[in-house]
Amino acid sequence: MLSYISRRLAVSFIILLTVSFAVYVIFAFLPYDPAALTCGKTCNDPGIIEANRHRLGYDLPFFTQYFLFLKGLLFGRSFGEGAAMITCPAPSLGYSFQEHACVTNVISEALPVTVSLALGALVMWLALGVGLGILAARFRGRIVDQLSTIFVLIGTSLPTFLTGLMLLVFVVIKWHIMPFPAGNYTPFLENPFEWAQILLLPWITLAFAYAALYTRFVRSAVIDTSNEDYIRTARAKGLSEGVILGKHTLRAALAPIATMAGLDFAGLLGGAILTESVFNLPGIGRLAINSVVNIDLPIIVATTLLAALFVVIMNLLVDILYAFIDPRVRVV
Amino acid sequence: MTLLKIESLSVEFPTPDGLVKAVDQVSFEVNAGETLAIVGESGSGKTVTNLALMGLIPKRTANILGSAKFESTDGVVNLINSNQKELRKLRGREIAMIFQDPMSSLHPFYTIGDQIIEAHQIHNEVDIKVSRARTIELLEMVGIQGAESRMAAFPHQFSGGMRQRVMIAMALVNNPSLLIADEPTTALDVTVQAQIMKLLRDLQKELKMAMILITHDMGVVAGTANRVNVMYAGRIVESAKVRDLYANPLMPYTQGLLASVPRMDRTKIGRLSAIPGQPPSLISLPSGCSFNPRCNRKTEVESGKCESQMPELRLRADEHLVRCFAGEGA
Amino acid sequence: MSVPIMEVRDLAKFFPLASQGIFSRVKGDNKAVNGISFSIRPGETLGLVGESGCGKSTVGRTILKLYEPTSGSIIFEGEDISNYSNSQMKALRTKMQMIFQDPYSSLNPRHTVGSIIAASYEIQKIVPEGGVKKAVQELMERVGLNPEHYNRYPHEFSGGQRQRIGIARALALKPKFIVCDEAVSALDVSIQAQVINLLADLRDDFGLSYLFIAHDLSVVQHISDRVAVMYLGKIMELADVDSIYNSPHHPYTKALLSAVPLPDPLLEEKREQIVLSGDLPNPADPPAGCVFNTRCWKAKEVCFATQPELLQVGSSQVACHFPE
Repeated sequence: MLSYISRRLAVSFIILLTVSFAVYVIFAFLPYDPAALTCGKTCNDPGIIEANRHRLGYDLPFFTQYFLFLKGLLFGRSFGEGAAMITCPAPSLGYSFQEHACVTNVISEALPVTVSLALGALVMWLALGVGLGILAARFRGRIVDQLSTIFVLIGTSLPTFLTGLMLLVFVVIKWHIMPFPAGNYTPFLENPFEWAQILLLPWITLAFAYAALYTRFVRSAVIDTSNEDYIRTARAKGLSEGVILGKHTLRAALAPIATMAGLDFAGLLGGAILTESVFNLPGIGRLAINSVVNIDLPIIVATTLLAALFVVIMNLLVDILYAFIDPRVRVV
Repeated sequence: MTLLKIESLSVEFPTPDGLVKAVDQVSFEVNAGETLAIVGESGSGKTVTNLALMGLIPKRTANILGSAKFESTDGVVNLINSNQKELRKLRGREIAMIFQDPMSSLHPFYTIGDQIIEAHQIHNEVDIKVSRARTIELLEMVGIQGAESRMAAFPHQFSGGMRQRVMIAMALVNNPSLLIADEPTTALDVTVQAQIMKLLRDLQKELKMAMILITHDMGVVAGTANRVNVMYAGRIVESAKVRDLYANPLMPYTQGLLASVPRMDRTKIGRLSAIPGQPPSLISLPSGCSFNPRCNRKTEVESGKCESQMPELRLRADEHLVRCFAGEGA
Repeated sequence: MSVPIMEVRDLAKFFPLASQGIFSRVKGDNKAVNGISFSIRPGETLGLVGESGCGKSTVGRTILKLYEPTSGSIIFEGEDISNYSNSQMKALRTKMQMIFQDPYSSLNPRHTVGSIIAASYEIQKIVPEGGVKKAVQELMERVGLNPEHYNRYPHEFSGGQRQRIGIARALALKPKFIVCDEAVSALDVSIQAQVINLLADLRDDFGLSYLFIAHDLSVVQHISDRVAVMYLGKIMELADVDSIYNSPHHPYTKALLSAVPLPDPLLEEKREQIVLSGDLPNPADPPAGCVFNTRCWKAKEVCFATQPELLQVGSSQVACHFPE
């Protein structure tokens, strides 16, 4: 098992390196001059542009730039010299002139927002999706099942921005069920109540779409598993339906759900672009979309790399978790 | 002593294409300690009969009629109209079942020890240590070496034959009085089949339990059963003591079945005498005797009778029941 | 004695076992077929029996070059085809065909029976006399299918009829040699007899040669002229059908035969069964010496040390240090 994990870590590392290189290639060959972008869209002063080009190392050969980028990740990086020197400590992802900040700092401010959003939504959609899926499978063809079908239909067809907007319009503005969010984002440690209050609607918005998918998936997984021969064996032993469902069916049916949830969670950590935009949450997703709009290249590279990092890490975690659930894939 | 008495058992599945009569008016008895074989081809109703007895056919999907009176330790129970709670008390404790495919019949995520212990724990309010000891005892009894350490193994670490031994151990953990073995060796190789059938015969004698052996293999039946029911298209067409059936099969289908298997014990013949045609679809059974389109003895009966009337299952000799007009006399 | 239609010399087929992951290293080989030799004469049926995992199906696929042989030679009608490329094989495929076990999964459910059978002509770009449809319908009639069912789909047929479709497809190009891989195993007893009779009739009518691979020893006895018994990638015994069944020389053959349940209660009662203990060893790691030594009741020191050759014993070829 340990050798398996170390091998997988090595592979993950190579994947990340490849992604970073690919992103960097795109970054370098985009039809934009990164130096020209540093002083805003309307800036046209060649002096400033050339000075920034030199300062940020954009005048260096491509491979040197990439090497410096990697080196910055490990050891930190300084831009410019003397009084104007800007130092971004490791892990440095570069410097964003538009934000006037080290990219790492920008990211680390946005990340807690996205993590809070993704985590809350994950808990909600798992509870709802798995619960409803099991009920629908257990009472197949009955009213619960039919209601769940309607839920699945609505959840999978409504786009998140519409759900989010409708929630805002009705719950907050029209019906005053909830007060208007007190701000953009409040860290959990500062005020957990406000944290939850601000995030509640975004959670529901995200969870709604995912829960629908999970309901459908769990329902069919449970039904498929309950047709397995070993479930018939469990019944022949004289186990009650509750024990059969809880101990025998769900263990096998939910194993693939763990994989699915891990990967979906990783995807959200890379930024829930629409939801963050609708609710004006200063998370990774909004950061990414703004950086694209403003062509803030260091941030684009950083957010892309971050998304890849989450996917790779979650993939590994999910595979290790799966080995614990299913003895057949355990590597000796 | 009659352990199980089945009367007019019918199982019908409503489908969009019509009513499928998988089992039609089946009656038979199983005596304590004996082996009754139910022989038939796919679609003959042999498996459905037994799933119905175990209450393993969801009531919503099928109409189950008739009665099946089982002599349990707490008195007679009708398996057909009992509720699931009553049936659960019997399943795994007094009536146990083993299935065709030992590969898929064990839960892949639990150790075999846990699965057998679970089967013991449901029906006995004892400490887990007792169940553990009982599990080891059973695993040794079915011939698994190093039972104590093998308990921690998962099903995929066993061969097919070993898994079927595990299934048998699990079925016998509560000393059932009836074991239903549904094609227990069909998925196994012939040498492993010999091991498993010998094990079943030995254990049956030792534990004095009755066994219903469901199979399509006339050879497996010959070596194991006391009595045989032959099923065709949902009905019993012949029922006899095993020696009588093989020495003197009376129903043309049984005769055809015995004649169509190549025989290693006889001199080689040029052609097998195959039964012509296909088994009928259960949705559109032929009128009259279900076997009549394939039967070669219709000429012995007045014309049109086989096509219009279903023959009764009649006593023809000592404990030998046959459903056929041919040879019935006037 | 005529030239064999198919001759196999020291044939071996190993499947590499890979460990999981991207940095996988080959962890050894599954020695599915490990040096076997046999020949089949024109018009002859060689039965190949053995338990699952003995490599009998791999033999069938390798001699048709569906798998590349690891070593050894495959000689078809005097030509060594072991190193033939796919395009060289394509021309030969008209002469050698295969019938599979599962008549359902080997037929494309979206194609009509007519087009399934006709596909053989299309692939080989052959136009049979009188046109494709006529030829296909004649074939259907020959294997006992109603030619009017030309436009039906596989799911509209029963298991036995589907196997007839598979047979018709194999026969379309008038092959000389057919590998029947568990061709009747999935069928019900009453249908099995029909298909066995059909296969025997076709053999006699068209002068076909079969390699008849099956685990059912009664069926193999019925249809074969000679029989090879395989165990763990090796041939244990090879002889005329009567010698194999009446006077087996190899302990494994004896055990195998004694394990077959006979449909006669009186015989079953008197019969002495040799119940083999244990399971098949792992083909990736076969026992040293004789591969059967872990389950053999006659095994002595020499059996664990040296691999017995397939030698003549009476009229049989036997690979055993202590043949009976």
